[in-house]
Amino acid sequence: MALADNNGGAQGRAPLPKWLTGTVKTLGSIAVTMLGLVFITFIIGRVMPIDPVLAIVGERATKASYDAVYLQLGLDKPLIVQFFYYVRDVAQGNFGMSLLNARPVAEDIARVFPATLELASLGVIFGVVLGVPLGVVAAVRKGSWIDQVARVLALVGYSMPIFWLGLMGLLVFYGMLGWVGGPGRVGIFYEDVVPTVTGMLLVDSIIDGNWTVFKDAFSHIILPASLLGYYSLAYISRMTRSFMLEQLSAEYITTARVKGMSEWDVVWKHAFRNIRVQLITVIALSYAGLLEGSVLTEIIFSWPGIGSYITTALLAADMNAVLGGTVVVGLIFILLNIASDLLYKVFDPRAR
Amino acid sequence: MMDTLLDVEDLWVRFPSRQGVFDAVRGVSFTLGRERLGIVGESGSGKSMTGRAILRLIRPPGIVEAKQIALNGDNLMEKSEKDMRAVRGQKISMVMQDPKFSLNPVMTIGAQIIEAYRQHNRTNHADAYAKAVEMLQAVSIRDADRVMRAYPHEMSGGMGQRVMIAMMLIPNPQILIADEPTSALDVSVQRQVLDIMDGLVKERGMGLIFISHDLNLVADFCDRVLIMYAGRIVEVCEASKLSQAKHPYTRGLLNALPRLDAPRDHLEVLQRDPAWSTAPSVSGRVA
Repeated sequence: MALADNNGGAQGRAPLPKWLTGTVKTLGSIAVTMLGLVFITFIIGRVMPIDPVLAIVGERATKASYDAVYLQLGLDKPLIVQFFYYVRDVAQGNFGMSLLNARPVAEDIARVFPATLELASLGVIFGVVLGVPLGVVAAVRKGSWIDQVARVLALVGYSMPIFWLGLMGLLVFYGMLGWVGGPGRVGIFYEDVVPTVTGMLLVDSIIDGNWTVFKDAFSHIILPASLLGYYSLAYISRMTRSFMLEQLSAEYITTARVKGMSEWDVVWKHAFRNIRVQLITVIALSYAGLLEGSVLTEIIFSWPGIGSYITTALLAADMNAVLGGTVVVGLIFILLNIASDLLYKVFDPRAR
Repeated sequence: MMDTLLDVEDLWVRFPSRQGVFDAVRGVSFTLGRERLGIVGESGSGKSMTGRAILRLIRPPGIVEAKQIALNGDNLMEKSEKDMRAVRGQKISMVMQDPKFSLNPVMTIGAQIIEAYRQHNRTNHADAYAKAVEMLQAVSIRDADRVMRAYPHEMSGGMGQRVMIAMMLIPNPQILIADEPTSALDVSVQRQVLDIMDGLVKERGMGLIFISHDLNLVADFCDRVLIMYAGRIVEVCEASKLSQAKHPYTRGLLNALPRLDAPRDHLEVLQRDPAWSTAPSVSGRVA
């Protein structure tokens, strides 16, 4: 009887709209993944043989001041309780204080992340705008000189260490030719000239209408961005080429040719439409890779991004900063994944 | 005498490779009138290559050579790639084996049919749409408006192949090359698709080249049959007289078929004679 009643209840309820259940599911999966991520980073942070108290008070502190800090950090409580406190704080956007500079980690991240975001976005734009057409042309003209050039470009991109290319780039374009700005985000005279809105200097200077700062910031970002762009170009162009080759040998391409379509239309209207989903995965992956902060690039170019922030924090045993940075990077990965999932549904009717 | 639509003379398709040049089609000649011409042969006999060579769709490194491939007296071998594009679709069209692969998976059926029509006709979208719906109805698709919005993966095989036929016939070509059009379909819908194709081809007075490995089907469906072996035509005959074919290869194929009306305990295995693949190609031309 109870079963029958339940059935009746389920049928009586109006079905929820699809977009609503979809959104709830997505949010749920974000929450679960984030919780897992925070848990793992938290445990790793606590089992590391680093004494966070010592890192604050220093080795010559008295027992009294050591104990005071120990209690203040809540280290006397069981691990699981500490974890719940941490999750509660993170949920409110509070990653604790940085041990290094005694400022909230959240503020630090809000300062360094836009620098990385700016650099990575420009880099991935380079990689996509140049890499995708290069890959397509290399596939269409397989075996031609342009295919060979693309192959060599990619090979160099894969195998050349970025610190070497970065240093050479600085030497040639900054030191010898003087075409670009040197290390750092902007010349020292222009620092803190434009008000911070997004934290991205290029965007902020546009908002402020300050073209002098924009030009200077652009001349500083162009070299590291093209360097990162080159590396994602190498990857994106190779992947584009192999995706395109697969599609160009498909039978529907013959159909398009039988219709009397031009090669241009065959390539872009038919073959290219079919690689968009795969391309999104590749682009999202390389964007996520850049957003993690490319430590070497940021160090060579004195770029105050999240990569060098986490590295510095790690070396100084500043665990709150490391955990905060890791959680933010993880969140970005998850968000990018969801964004690419949504785009799949736009581009591939079979995924709907 | 029927008028000749297509005259193929001494057609070769070659693929250079490291081991030397491989000849997929070796000196094939035939004509096509307003008739149904069957090309039969086993896999690798060069029948599909012949069909694609006529449309000049053999991709490099493949090479097509011929004395002539004349469409209404106009030699296609001399045409530029750009002029060839005006021939494809509009004059000669092709239906391929499996609609699962020959339709673009991420475009709606409607977009693909409209594209085929507008490639050769300057019209606005509304006219092209109406024309496409009309064409879908001509291939016995009910509910054409819904099909126009559907994607290929939402179609059954038989429906997909009818869509393909509609798409290939919408620019009103004179010749249709059907390359194994029913091989990927269930037996139960093969006949239906064939009948639809046959009806349209007759009604429009088109020439049909029907490529198949199915002897019975070709004997039933075509007027004239070319039998290909190793890139050559080994025998040409009237479809109705296929059972009286003389060439040992054709005889062997016929004997290897089980028959409901004359059951046998053992089916013969085809014995191949190396001499078949070196003998000169028989001409399928009707002067």
